Amino acid sequence: MNALEQIIEHTGEPQTNFRFIDCDIHPALKHKKALYPYIEQRWRDHLDTYGGLAHSVYATRGGPYPRFTPETARRDAWPPNGSPPGSDLEFMQTQHLDAHDIRFGILQPIVGANNTRNTDLSAALCTATNDWQIDEFTSREKRLKASIHICAEDAELAVAEIDRRAQNRNFAQIQLGSRSVEPIGRKRYWPIFEAAQRNDIPIGFHVGGPSPYAPSPSGWPDYYIEDHQVLTHSAHAQVTSMILEGVFEVYPKVRVVMIEAGFAWVPSLGWRLDNHWRKMRNETPLCKRPPSEYLKQNVWFTTQPAEEPEHREDLRLLFDLIGFDRMMFATDYPHWDYDDPKRAILMPMSEAERRMLFHDNAFSFYANLD
Amino acid sequence: MSITDAIDCDIHPGVPTIKVLLPYMSDYWREAFIARGQDGFQPASYLPNSPISCRPDWRDGDAIAGSNFDLLQKHALDGFGSRFAICNVLYGGSFSISETMAAAICAAVNDWVKAEWLARDPRLRASIVVPTQNPRLAVEEIERIAGDRRFVQILMPVALDMMLGKEHYWPIFEAAVRHSLPIGLHAGSLYRYAPTTNGWPSHFLQDYVGNNHAFESQLLSLISQGVFVKFPDLKVVLIESGVTWLPGFLWRSRKTWRAVRPEVPWVNESPIDIVRRHVRLTAQPMDGPADPAVLERVINQIGSDDMLLFASDYPHWQFDGDRVLPDGIPSRLIEKMARDNPLATYPRLQETIQ
Repeated sequence: MNALEQIIEHTGEPQTNFRFIDCDIHPALKHKKALYPYIEQRWRDHLDTYGGLAHSVYATRGGPYPRFTPETARRDAWPPNGSPPGSDLEFMQTQHLDAHDIRFGILQPIVGANNTRNTDLSAALCTATNDWQIDEFTSREKRLKASIHICAEDAELAVAEIDRRAQNRNFAQIQLGSRSVEPIGRKRYWPIFEAAQRNDIPIGFHVGGPSPYAPSPSGWPDYYIEDHQVLTHSAHAQVTSMILEGVFEVYPKVRVVMIEAGFAWVPSLGWRLDNHWRKMRNETPLCKRPPSEYLKQNVWFTTQPAEEPEHREDLRLLFDLIGFDRMMFATDYPHWDYDDPKRAILMPMSEAERRMLFHDNAFSFYANLD
Repeated sequence: MSITDAIDCDIHPGVPTIKVLLPYMSDYWREAFIARGQDGFQPASYLPNSPISCRPDWRDGDAIAGSNFDLLQKHALDGFGSRFAICNVLYGGSFSISETMAAAICAAVNDWVKAEWLARDPRLRASIVVPTQNPRLAVEEIERIAGDRRFVQILMPVALDMMLGKEHYWPIFEAAVRHSLPIGLHAGSLYRYAPTTNGWPSHFLQDYVGNNHAFESQLLSLISQGVFVKFPDLKVVLIESGVTWLPGFLWRSRKTWRAVRPEVPWVNESPIDIVRRHVRLTAQPMDGPADPAVLERVINQIGSDDMLLFASDYPHWQFDGDRVLPDGIPSRLIEKMARDNPLATYPRLQETIQ
């Protein structure tokens, strides 16, 4: 490729002449105790003494890996007042919502609430996170929609929280992690899917979550560059689990979206599942049709971090294979691997397809947007 | 399509029982297995009675798949008309918790393969199975066997005690390069960790499909730890990994590397280039789409005609009839997969035909 072709290949196109929907925006706590106003004194004392007690190596930090940037954020996403990236609504409005003329943004809080091993504490923190999203963001900015945080490890409390929030117009989805304590299709989690279907609200699986298991079947990699890619396998595993354990057979109207896991793996996973299910389907009686059919019927994907094939037409092929109606654009603001809406999905598409990707699919998929 | 005179890079003789290995063990271990009445060392990550372990028309009653020499000769060697076939034995030593038992079983398997398989058909070649649980013992076993040039590869399950790029395993890579032996990573797990990062699924099918997670993470580990910088002549063969996952994996790894390469400055070229130079894949299963035109596009996305190796995976059930290669493989690739690529991957096979 010569220099001119390089420039053309990487030059952004005006991507929309309409307002778009960003399916992955991360609101952050202004400080470590920002959820304290929303929990009982007993839990404040507990956190001060014992912390969040996640499945982690270190006492006072979340992940075991040194991330690539402070707070995993874009260097320019720190608000002028010095508070953490994503914590200041006014700066988020200026830098992101207004700058890109975003119609709706789906908040995906990653504040540790659903990672703590103590499920009573976790449920309290999830409830607090839901109240906090309303107070700090969605009540003050109608373009933003919250995610219902739940402690999936206590399905009873999770269902109560879903039922309390799902009809509230501040919330667009239920949020789960792509890393759960057991594969998410197992029956202990089914009440969550039942509640989602009954309330007609989708479930978003954001990468990460409370899993106590190693990122890989051979343990822990040494570097962030590995961890950052390996974590996509948790999304493969969740999709596989839901399909083969029968979640989509039993709850056929459940809609799920895999968030921040990329998507180039999706067609291949469907083929692989079909190929081996064909031989071993007698082991999975609740998967009654070729697994790829459930994949097409029940599962959506956000695009970030969008894989970058060596040739544009191969990116287009991925969309065609997965289905244009399943793909939803996301930026991951304010994180470092943010996808710029003007540059991330560079491939030929029609105006109708562009609208589907950047707006229409998400508008139909999420609850309480209209 | 069927193809004759090919080099079949993955067939599986089956160890029917520990009893056949006892003649190849020391008194100590023979005594241990007999006096303690121990048998049943088939790996749980390849369940012996599961449908995938043997194609229905290749089943021999209740016998362990692949354990009958005459049938393997008839079905795989004569049946596919192969010029050579590489025996990859999946058995207890490679999976054992005990390091010393691992070494004893692996050594017995290698001697058993030599005496009861390689000696009986000149078309057969084999991989050296090694106790990765203890790299020092693994290197000892490589040194003991490598003089026999019919052993063309070092074989290990893909999901191990730890990530493969760690220095722990480098003595094995050093021995591999010194003896012109690629490292073959086969689908399967020591089950030291859960098969998925979300724990233990209900079904073997989920475990099997999840082998991808191990293949991808081990590749990333080898790249990121600089193994291919330290051992520029090392080749790694991914056996029974599927194929269609590769392009998406490559695109993502290049994107991530572009962004965070200062973390691993010794990785001074794109992971795509590293993989194309050092990594090979056996082509069963392909895990491709029904539409041959789409399969052809995906194979072209790999971006190298040197990477795919013909394999039947006998007696595992990956295809029906004699259609070892599915429709959609570009015709320019067939000859390369069947002969050129295996010969380039396995220097010891190349010697054979000179």
